[in-house]
Amino acid sequence: MMKNKNKNPFFFLRRFFTISRLFLIPAFIFLMIFVFYPIVATVYTSFLSNTTGNFVGLENYDFVLFHGVYPLINVPNIVQGAPPLGGLINNFIWIAIHLPVVVLSGMFMAVLLRDVKGGTIIKSIVFLGVVIPLVVGGVLFRFIFDKDAGIVNAFLSLIGLGDITRSWYAFADTALLSIILGSIWIWTGFGMIVYSAGLQGIPEELYEAAEIDGASRWKTFWRITVPMLRSTSIVVVTMTVLWELKIFDIVYVVTRGGPGGASDVLAYEMYNVAFFGGNFAAGSAIAVLLTLMTIGFAAYMVTRMSKP
Amino acid sequence: MKGKITNFFDKAKANLLLFFRKIKLPKEKPKITRFSVFTHIAAWFIATIWLIPFLGVFIASIRPYSEVQFGWWNLQPFHFDLSNFADAWIGQTSGYPLGKAMFNSLLVTIPATFLPIFISALAAYSFARFRSRTKDVLFFILVLLQTIPQQAVIIPIYTLFSNLHLINNYIGLILLHTAFGLPWQVLFLRNFFSTLPIEIEEAARVDGASYFKIFRKIVLPITLPALASLIALQFVFVWNDFFFALTTITDPRLALAPQVIPLLVGRYFANYSLLTAGSILVMILPIAIYVSLQRYYVRGLTAGAVKG
Repeated sequence: MMKNKNKNPFFFLRRFFTISRLFLIPAFIFLMIFVFYPIVATVYTSFLSNTTGNFVGLENYDFVLFHGVYPLINVPNIVQGAPPLGGLINNFIWIAIHLPVVVLSGMFMAVLLRDVKGGTIIKSIVFLGVVIPLVVGGVLFRFIFDKDAGIVNAFLSLIGLGDITRSWYAFADTALLSIILGSIWIWTGFGMIVYSAGLQGIPEELYEAAEIDGASRWKTFWRITVPMLRSTSIVVVTMTVLWELKIFDIVYVVTRGGPGGASDVLAYEMYNVAFFGGNFAAGSAIAVLLTLMTIGFAAYMVTRMSKP
Repeated sequence: MKGKITNFFDKAKANLLLFFRKIKLPKEKPKITRFSVFTHIAAWFIATIWLIPFLGVFIASIRPYSEVQFGWWNLQPFHFDLSNFADAWIGQTSGYPLGKAMFNSLLVTIPATFLPIFISALAAYSFARFRSRTKDVLFFILVLLQTIPQQAVIIPIYTLFSNLHLINNYIGLILLHTAFGLPWQVLFLRNFFSTLPIEIEEAARVDGASYFKIFRKIVLPITLPALASLIALQFVFVWNDFFFALTTITDPRLALAPQVIPLLVGRYFANYSLLTAGSILVMILPIAIYVSLQRYYVRGLTAGAVKG
């Protein structure tokens, strides 16, 4: 013990700190090869012609947005209001329906299940949707929306709506809506679990004070719970929007973007154009659009997060 | 001296207990009110919505298709039949044996779980001891890297892998998953390491403990819960991944488990008994990991979320 004390104890630490800089190198190499380089290459490819390899400016973007087999923004159909509206529009529809439902029901369920006997078990069951592979999730709600074997249609028949029963995902006007509904079932558990963790961070004294002041449950919820969950809400909204933008597996398994592109989304159209159509330049253009949206949104939310 | 060190240990231990365990305080016995009856009914209604699809999948998988075709809820007649599982496992109907695909999935998932954890632990340890300005920039970059969609890198990766003969080779896929796991793992471990007081290591060093002893007696035990979170999450992410597998493994004989599921669906016809049996086989492992490592799984998912 004395022997060690005579040496400068910080000697070891200082030596360790210099070595520790070297510890970043493996991670840096991996990110360089598999993330940074491919992104730069994707952006570069998106400006080249797929056939000649010449620089063509924004031609690929114009092509995928308005003139492809399944254009991302299908202007004539939007004017008519008939599907397919285009992958980009479908992504926005997805966000418009899925985001408010998932965030609100996640918060509602977190608050509800906190005080219920067996709430932990129910939370685990709801969260299973997030744990199972998305491919299996797709199979699951293809199964529940099926015309004959599905329980949704059996339920509709039971309550006297037997006329409208059909395989919802197989028709152009309901395909998108049915997979959005299914994806709500899958993703609600995420919001619920994150909100549950956020709820634990709210000091009990606030509720006690509110109770003493005679505030109603409703008022306590809106004046204490919701404001105290602000940063949790930012996280839930960010993660949910990113999940919605990147959606791929479900569309692939249930509809393959069909029928006739009615349930197409950005990520699926990118795969379709690049790997079925063999047009890497156009596929790169879609990938760049998708990346700009995810990074732009995340950067915006992170800066909001750091503001008080 | 000795007393001071144990004091440090106690403090660290108490911190970690707070971090990794819900500390439950004894509650008063709740009174039965009209409101609590309502919340319990609502809670179990929610549980039912989430349980029915799973129940349907389970019942459909253990019955012949002829009985399930018009609804698994018709229990007359009921024949218990495990041949669906055997069929999916050996690929009798589809021609794609799921048993082999699951073995392939393990070949990819196990290395792709442990390699990134090793690399990110090195990086995060170094990262946690940086000056604050550099740290903020790195933090922002890592957060944005987490949002990169898989589609953004896949075209250059595909070209690169083709040139290096890594298409239809699990090594390429493992390295790719490693790179994509790094950003969130480094962030998670950085948060964890920055809660660990360096004084513990210093004190142990002064006390004459060897490097190996410090690692075995201090660093490893207090890092173990964090590692459990990383293992649980990364394993499930890689096992569930569909897009990277779909694009880099094109030979059906080498296909991974999630890739086989869509192959069980016919273009216009789906044998739901076979499909649900296959789904159960593929989702059983993620669910088992979630159930057995639930606390760590949820911690991993929410730690970043709640702390920001």
